Amino acid sequence: MTIIDKTADVPAPRGSTENSGPLLDVRDLHVEFKTRDGVVKAVNGVNYSVSAGETLAVLGESGSGKSVTAQAIMGILDMPPGRIPQGEILFRGEDMLTMGYEERRKIRGQKIAMIFQDALSSLNPVLTVGYQLAEMFRVHQGLSKKDAKAKAIDLMDRVRIPAAKERVNDYPHQFSGGMRQRIMIAMALALEPDLIIADEPTTALDVTVQAQVMDLLAELQREYNMGLILITHDLGVVADVADKIAVMYAGRIVETAPVHELYKRPAHPYTRGLLDSIPRLDQKGQELYAIKGLPPNLLKIPTGCAFNPRCPKAQDICRTDVPPLLSVTERDGGELPGRHSACHFWKEQIHG
Amino acid sequence: MPEALETPVKDATQPGSVPAAESKPEKARSLWSDAWHDLRRNPLFVVSAVLIVVLLTIAVFPGLFTSADPRHADLANHYLQKPKWGNFFAPDWFGYDVQGRSIYARVIYGARASIAVGVLVTLLVTVVGTVTGMLAGYFGGWIDTLLSRVTDIFFGIPFILGAMVVLTSFEERHVYVVILALAFLGWTQIARVARGSVITIKQADYVMAAKALGASTTRILLRHILPNAIAPVIVVATIALGGYISAEATLSFLGIGLAEPTVSWGVDISSGQEQLRNAAFVLIIPSIMVSITVLAFIMLGDAVRNALDPKLR
Amino acid sequence: MAELKKNDEAAVDATPNVMPVETVDASTTQEAVAAIEAPVERGEPILQVRNLVKHFPLTQGILFKKQIGAVKAVDGISFDLYQGETLGIVGESGCGKSTVAKLLMTLETATAGEVFFKGQDITKLSGRALKAVRRNIQMVFQDPYTSLNPRMTVGDIIGEPYDIHPEVAPKGDRRRKVQELLDVVGLNPEYINRYPHQFSGGQRQRIGIARGLALQPEIIICDEPVSALDVSVQAQVINLMEKLQDEFNLSYLFIAHDLSIVRHISDRVGVMYLGKMAEIGTDTQIYDHPTHPYTQALLSAVPVPDPEAREGRERIILTGDVPSPANPPSGCRFRTRCWKAQDKCAEEVPLLAVPERFKSSATPAAHESACHFAEEKDVVHAA
Repeated sequence: MTIIDKTADVPAPRGSTENSGPLLDVRDLHVEFKTRDGVVKAVNGVNYSVSAGETLAVLGESGSGKSVTAQAIMGILDMPPGRIPQGEILFRGEDMLTMGYEERRKIRGQKIAMIFQDALSSLNPVLTVGYQLAEMFRVHQGLSKKDAKAKAIDLMDRVRIPAAKERVNDYPHQFSGGMRQRIMIAMALALEPDLIIADEPTTALDVTVQAQVMDLLAELQREYNMGLILITHDLGVVADVADKIAVMYAGRIVETAPVHELYKRPAHPYTRGLLDSIPRLDQKGQELYAIKGLPPNLLKIPTGCAFNPRCPKAQDICRTDVPPLLSVTERDGGELPGRHSACHFWKEQIHG
Repeated sequence: MPEALETPVKDATQPGSVPAAESKPEKARSLWSDAWHDLRRNPLFVVSAVLIVVLLTIAVFPGLFTSADPRHADLANHYLQKPKWGNFFAPDWFGYDVQGRSIYARVIYGARASIAVGVLVTLLVTVVGTVTGMLAGYFGGWIDTLLSRVTDIFFGIPFILGAMVVLTSFEERHVYVVILALAFLGWTQIARVARGSVITIKQADYVMAAKALGASTTRILLRHILPNAIAPVIVVATIALGGYISAEATLSFLGIGLAEPTVSWGVDISSGQEQLRNAAFVLIIPSIMVSITVLAFIMLGDAVRNALDPKLR
Repeated sequence: MAELKKNDEAAVDATPNVMPVETVDASTTQEAVAAIEAPVERGEPILQVRNLVKHFPLTQGILFKKQIGAVKAVDGISFDLYQGETLGIVGESGCGKSTVAKLLMTLETATAGEVFFKGQDITKLSGRALKAVRRNIQMVFQDPYTSLNPRMTVGDIIGEPYDIHPEVAPKGDRRRKVQELLDVVGLNPEYINRYPHQFSGGQRQRIGIARGLALQPEIIICDEPVSALDVSVQAQVINLMEKLQDEFNLSYLFIAHDLSIVRHISDRVGVMYLGKMAEIGTDTQIYDHPTHPYTQALLSAVPVPDPEAREGRERIILTGDVPSPANPPSGCRFRTRCWKAQDKCAEEVPLLAVPERFKSSATPAAHESACHFAEEKDVVHAA
């Protein structure tokens, strides 16, 4: 009934070496929205890349621009009011933003798939899950009804839905939250995409189910050697599955690091604050550390470093100059691969 | 769905809400003030509002617009004399009808009956419908079953046919008789909208919060449910208003709504049909007035809907 | 106490299909607790819940409704809440924890069982007496976006309790009181004329807390009060709640699914599964010495924001989903997902009691746990 795995099976970096370039490369992406109150600058120059077999976790709070970036990659932003004034989204070296509609549509779903947080509202309630899965094969691969259905059952088996054969004709509401999320994963996997973007895939699930779904996702990723972008606000979930982490704040990446490094030695005060502000299961602390103030107003992002009004270490320079995303090194100048921080005082933060 | 904070909508179009508080300190913004802000910038609203203000002014003070008497018949002014399109606001501007009465004066004085029917029916229907719908929606159970079945029965009666049946049983058909007849048949639409809206609102946490405080049912209904459930009712009522005006015209045209000597657009359309081939303008001018009025209210309703619809904001 | 006991039996008789949960025998439990922990000044419990049951009937038919079953949302829960303490209730969705909150707030009518507030059974109250109790038990809701009426100003929202209970504050005094409350929860008192949507999630939750405090209640029931908030804001709100507890000597019933937060804020913790209490004890007993397999699985599944602490930890991954509360498994409700399940578990409902094997010793494992095969297992700390 239950698997107890004495696990030290925390994913080691699985970066693939066979592919030279990254699968997806986002460069200096900007997204803004026109609203009644002015222009909301949701994404302000985001750079990140994912290779095959790699998991990038994008960590941020609401309004950090993490979901908007994903929507821009998928091409599902509402435009208008959305607008991409600047930036490139390279998929296997080709800029998706300058592609024609048809070309882009072919990538979406077949090469890049997305998993949403709310599986119930992402599935069509009046169609059986089998039909919805089979539809992917019929439309994209031109399979017959029968073959498509067989493949749908196969897929449901893959994501370990018990009694797939019997349940293929059930409707989404007949499944539990965890099972629905599995169906979402099955739909995303259907066409064996190169990259999956998962936007808070387990947030709506219970802890015991969360673990099942995350494990499944990690396993399938390994099996298909896919790239995975995991968007989340949960530092705990990230710690379990990610290879590298990009922390976002006010539409910018403020820190990137391999997963272990980030937790051990954060190089940005915001990351530090986040880590300190979550209560720990294995320790009973005193008062929680709380980052003071409020998340920034995207209509009026503070000058200089967007985090400066909430930062305990802010100096004058933080209020005037936007800190670039700089490479982080050891105290002696030794390289720390994959580590960057957008803080004027990263040295003090990481070494002080 | 706890941490479900970052929906694209909130992320993209709403972050303004918090910050707005910081940048413009003392300006309180409610749904209504936001809606008003939107409405003022909507040409659809501006045009329809101006039209409605003009029409209401005509209805209340017809004397300001013409000195002619709409009931004064002078057979010398025959309908075969064509309208003098250049004589703005003069009695012969739109020509004369079969009995030699100034069409312009009749159109001006007819506005009162038509608009009175529209506005008063809407008011009645809104009050009755909202109360019924609110009680049915809030209490549920047998109250809902009873009220909903009654609503369904009324809903099943074809509006114009029902009005015909009701009105033919009256010997003298004053404006208020027509108003009551239309309201009697029209309230169900509002009741349904109000019921649906109340059912959604009553599940809101703030209603539960009020109950937890020990608030009375009256208080919950008036302070929490009604203000939040009323928006769709207002939209439907505004659009329906135009419908009641055209219903009055239709009934009067059929000879079972208002009748002479009442001056109304419907009555004029009815009498205009006799000479349609000789003098089409006798019929067309009051018809245009009905159309403009109905259109103005429907446009207003649309604009209000767009401004209030939470899905669009 | 004798009076209480009698009521328990009556409740059990009234609902024969509900297996009796052994009444919390306050004296033995407290002895056990006292043996382990530094003695806590507890005194009399302010709230005593006994065999609380809530079944939502499932009906069929439109005109002639026929009951075809019931969703057993809460199925015999007993616990005590002491003055000034925080009792955390954890469990997955559908375990009935939110229904417990509603029952205590008398927003739902209990099917059976009693809730004693200072010795008075509030499930039997109505009218004026109920209103008086409501002054003393207030609630903070989960979703700060839907729990504040969007058509009312902040002043009206926080002042509404005074409109409903005019005896608490004279009319002329209310504005000042509301501003004081805003100040207490860390909001600018000048915000009194603003509308909720002008605030961020964290600020709204502060408004909700201010409303809960207005009547100076003794108990505040918090149903997932921070789970809709951003991580960085959660800490602020938690700290505020702890500060207010000290300031006003409040008792909290803190319902949440986030085990880390519950541990942080709670003095004692109860773990619920499918309408029943699986395990209850002090935070150390539950988190460091859990004896119920469900608690162990729950704790081991919590993602820890530290990849290294994670590595040595054992992970218990449960298979399957929570069964439907309309048709719960016989015997122990957890048995369908439990790796220890045996025939006995299907036949006999395990009672919530200190397991026999721990009874004599003064170990922290000696706390109430509803498992036939309770054994201690630390899943939180790295091996």
